[in-house]
Amino acid sequence: MKRVSILNRKNALTLFLVIVMYAVIQGLIVTDILPPLYTSTLIQVCVYVILAASLNLINGITGQFSIGHAGFMAIGAYLAGIVSVKFHGPLFLSLLVGGIVAAVAGFIVGLPTLRLRGDYLAIATLGLGQIVMIIFQNIDYFGGAAGMQVGRHINWSWAFWVTIISLVVIHNFVNSTHGRACISVRENEIAAEAMGVNTTKYKVLAFTLGAFFAGVAGGIYSNYMYFIQPTTFNFLTSFNILVMVVLGGLGSMTGSILGALIMTVLNVALSGIPSLRMVITALLLIIMMLFRPSGLMGTKEFNLNFLEKKGERNVA
Amino acid sequence: MHSITELLQQLVYGLSLGSIYALIALGYTMVYGIVKLINFAHGDVMMVGAYMGWIAITVFHFPFFPAILFAMIVAAIAGIIIERTAYKPLRNATRIAALITAIGVSLFLEYGGMLVVGAQMRTYPNVFPETMYNIGGIIFKFGDIVMLVTALVLMLLLHFTVQYTKIGKAMRASSFDMEAALLMGVNVNTTISATFAIGSALAAAAGVLYGIYFNSIDPLMGITPGLKAFVAAVLGGIGIIPGAMVGGLVLGITESLVSGFGASTWRDAVAFLILILVLIIKPSGLFGKNLREKV
Repeated sequence: MKRVSILNRKNALTLFLVIVMYAVIQGLIVTDILPPLYTSTLIQVCVYVILAASLNLINGITGQFSIGHAGFMAIGAYLAGIVSVKFHGPLFLSLLVGGIVAAVAGFIVGLPTLRLRGDYLAIATLGLGQIVMIIFQNIDYFGGAAGMQVGRHINWSWAFWVTIISLVVIHNFVNSTHGRACISVRENEIAAEAMGVNTTKYKVLAFTLGAFFAGVAGGIYSNYMYFIQPTTFNFLTSFNILVMVVLGGLGSMTGSILGALIMTVLNVALSGIPSLRMVITALLLIIMMLFRPSGLMGTKEFNLNFLEKKGERNVA
Repeated sequence: MHSITELLQQLVYGLSLGSIYALIALGYTMVYGIVKLINFAHGDVMMVGAYMGWIAITVFHFPFFPAILFAMIVAAIAGIIIERTAYKPLRNATRIAALITAIGVSLFLEYGGMLVVGAQMRTYPNVFPETMYNIGGIIFKFGDIVMLVTALVLMLLLHFTVQYTKIGKAMRASSFDMEAALLMGVNVNTTISATFAIGSALAAAAGVLYGIYFNSIDPLMGITPGLKAFVAAVLGGIGIIPGAMVGGLVLGITESLVSGFGASTWRDAVAFLILILVLIIKPSGLFGKNLREKV
């Protein structure tokens, strides 16, 4: 058996590209060439990339249909905010607590609801997302319906590297034994079960992991946005994340990144006319489903394999 | 809640609200029964109906019944257009693709409506006299009685249509087995369009009643009642028409009891909690039978 090196040529190249991207943007921010609006957009892109990738893990890779992702984002955002504001915890801890509490919520919620299939699961998760929002609206400790003041504790560097780490973890999960089991659940749940895959376990695992990263993304969001309100995390936000995943292609991680990028930039560009923005989103969704239901990327991934020699393929 | 009178009073309120939910839930359940699609845009069709009723009353100066009829006809046409353009091409696609399209149509109606009529709330005109009847301490408003009667008449009309007319028979046949119905010479396309038309018309009637009940309408008004009507449909057993009626009434009464206990901010959470409990304990609903999945 050939030993698989972690730092092979492809991974090294990817890392190099990521560092170059970071350095260029960081350089532009430090030298004040990039206006603050652009920086804020970039951080939102980071938040939505994590959200889209984590929802893709549930909807695209495992084939479950969750449309309550904003609920987990809300849990992460509020808990991270509490750690930052009330306990003056470090940012890392804040994000971690947000993620872990969201993951626990995902586990508790996922265990009973993931027995449901298809549209029933969709509706159950939609309802759960709404319940989370209503709970935050009614608890005064979290500021109630008026919202919570968080302040800004995060900068571009943190947001970027947390996003990269999240993507690497999700990518490695998808390409691991567990990830393949999840894909088998998507392809044919009954066949997977007959082959000895513990389908409930993998569905809950994917759901919990997805909820964890949604919580982390929520943490970045609340630590950047100064102020959070329960209604920010209503089901329109869930739909928005869903649109990103569908646009990029259910099952394609790079597709999710692309979808998140396009939708966030579109949202910021059209933020002056919100109803037109939503009409465009809606038409995009309908036209996409009518003419290219598999999304921009399908289940394919954009990767650097084409740069390698033929013999080295499939090794990484 | 201090006395039995107040409890009964809440029940009366709940009955009016519940009949509105039931009317919306019927559309959900009929469409789901035939094409197995959760028509997310249904609540927004209700919004369209509410606006049509508003236009009929304020612009054309129609009285209540012609106005509700006008709203129902326009919404029925809208329902057919939505079905033909957005859902029909996806009839053989995956359920998820259809569901996402339905979400798209819903967003389109909400925000397209916002572009057309503006985001501001509009006051619904008072079409009923402010007469109240006091029976043993329980207050019945004239308007509430008309609403309840209208809803009941529409439900009876629907029951009659589904059970005793040719198109109703076609609907029942298509929902039982679409391919077999097709082989027996049922025009499934027409039947599905008719289902959407009837469901949308009922939703429009509910929209007008909702506007009168809450006095105001706005382009996003359909979201919450739409979701709750869906809860009602699931509660009664989705695809089952009497189930939707009972589910709607149960939900309406539960909600007004929760409000009566002073927990009105938790009202929506209770509705969704019912949904999740029903889905987990008995996904086929109160009236449904459990079906095993075949390989």
